[in-house]
Amino acid sequence: MAESSQPHRHHSPTTPVEERVEALEALLIEKGVLDPAAIDAVIEHYEHRIGPMNGAKVVARAWSDPDYRARLLKDGTAAIAELGFGGPEGNHMVVLENTPQIHNAVVCTLCSCYPWPVLGLPPNWYKSPPYRARMVREPRVVLAEMGCHVPADVEIRVWDSSAEVRYLVLPERPEGTDGHTEEDLAALVTRDSMIGVARL
Amino acid sequence: MDGIHDLGGVQGFGAVEVERDEPTFHADWERRAFRLTMAAMMGGLLAGRFRHAIERMDPAWYLSSPYYEHWLTATATGAVEAGVLSEAELDQRLGRTFALARPIRAPVLAEPGTSSARHRHGLGSAVRVREWHPLGHTRAPRYVQGKRGTVVRLDGVFSVPDVEYHCTGRRTEPTYSVCFEATELWGEAGDPVHVDLWESYLEAPDG
Repeated sequence: MAESSQPHRHHSPTTPVEERVEALEALLIEKGVLDPAAIDAVIEHYEHRIGPMNGAKVVARAWSDPDYRARLLKDGTAAIAELGFGGPEGNHMVVLENTPQIHNAVVCTLCSCYPWPVLGLPPNWYKSPPYRARMVREPRVVLAEMGCHVPADVEIRVWDSSAEVRYLVLPERPEGTDGHTEEDLAALVTRDSMIGVARL
Repeated sequence: MDGIHDLGGVQGFGAVEVERDEPTFHADWERRAFRLTMAAMMGGLLAGRFRHAIERMDPAWYLSSPYYEHWLTATATGAVEAGVLSEAELDQRLGRTFALARPIRAPVLAEPGTSSARHRHGLGSAVRVREWHPLGHTRAPRYVQGKRGTVVRLDGVFSVPDVEYHCTGRRTEPTYSVCFEATELWGEAGDPVHVDLWESYLEAPDG
């Protein structure tokens, strides 16, 4: 279609986004593509059933059980499935182990790839241009700005999830947690520590 | 395509703005945009269309709009390109022009090419990313194109997005995680970056 006759077709719309959602939603319902009753359970799953509490259980198990940790680092997808987590955006998981010498951090420079089953849907900052642009170029500066101070003698390894693998960072177990149960440990694990923008 | 979405290494952005206790959706329209996109994906409507439709949004619009507006726009664009709805139907329902992403410029591929299942490069191999600027979809970020790196992990065999988005056929290839030193990427010391790449994005380092 000629753009001259459709001045706003490919530019920023003047219509509020809510109205565009309503129009498209109504048409997709009419065409039988969208069945709200059928899909609301799916949306409920993404909004409430998945989230960082799942990843925290994986991390706490890895801290508590050396055999599980070994399996998790060898085949993340299978070990995460042992705890019942998997599905879209989590079918090819790689777990990155932080050590006293190495701090891992994850980004998706091209879009918003993120391990949904273990972390939920990504926060806005993860999808934002500043994070995606700067995290590969000056990770140490970005992390420090976000309150994550990585000692100068620790190497930062940035992972750009540009293909099918999705990453989960396995943070170091905090000191002074020897007597903790798995449940106690899971409560210490934050979403940001599993993306690699926080240290515990 | 060397699109606005390909942000790795772009300078000029400010601090990462973190929202405390951020909800999954900030408004009901975001939930509804997510819902209609998931429905369209589950219905197979967006196969090979979704990411490339986002990439074809006008750059100024892409940078200035919220994330789920990208999803809404890509789903509407993909639905039109799949022939499920027309621009006229969208305009009529909205009462004015329904903004969409720009048209596909890449030619349709007649043949997907030969699939392969065996990794040609081994762990520790030196590789270079092809310098390549297709009009269509690719998952080879601009900041590693032409750059030398080292294979650090052999991953699975997957459909090549560059083909899938522009061809009715599919080509599958091994994928890799490749480590790039900061000196190679940016010309100065820093921390290394690992990028996941399909085999046809890679070539011998001194080829």
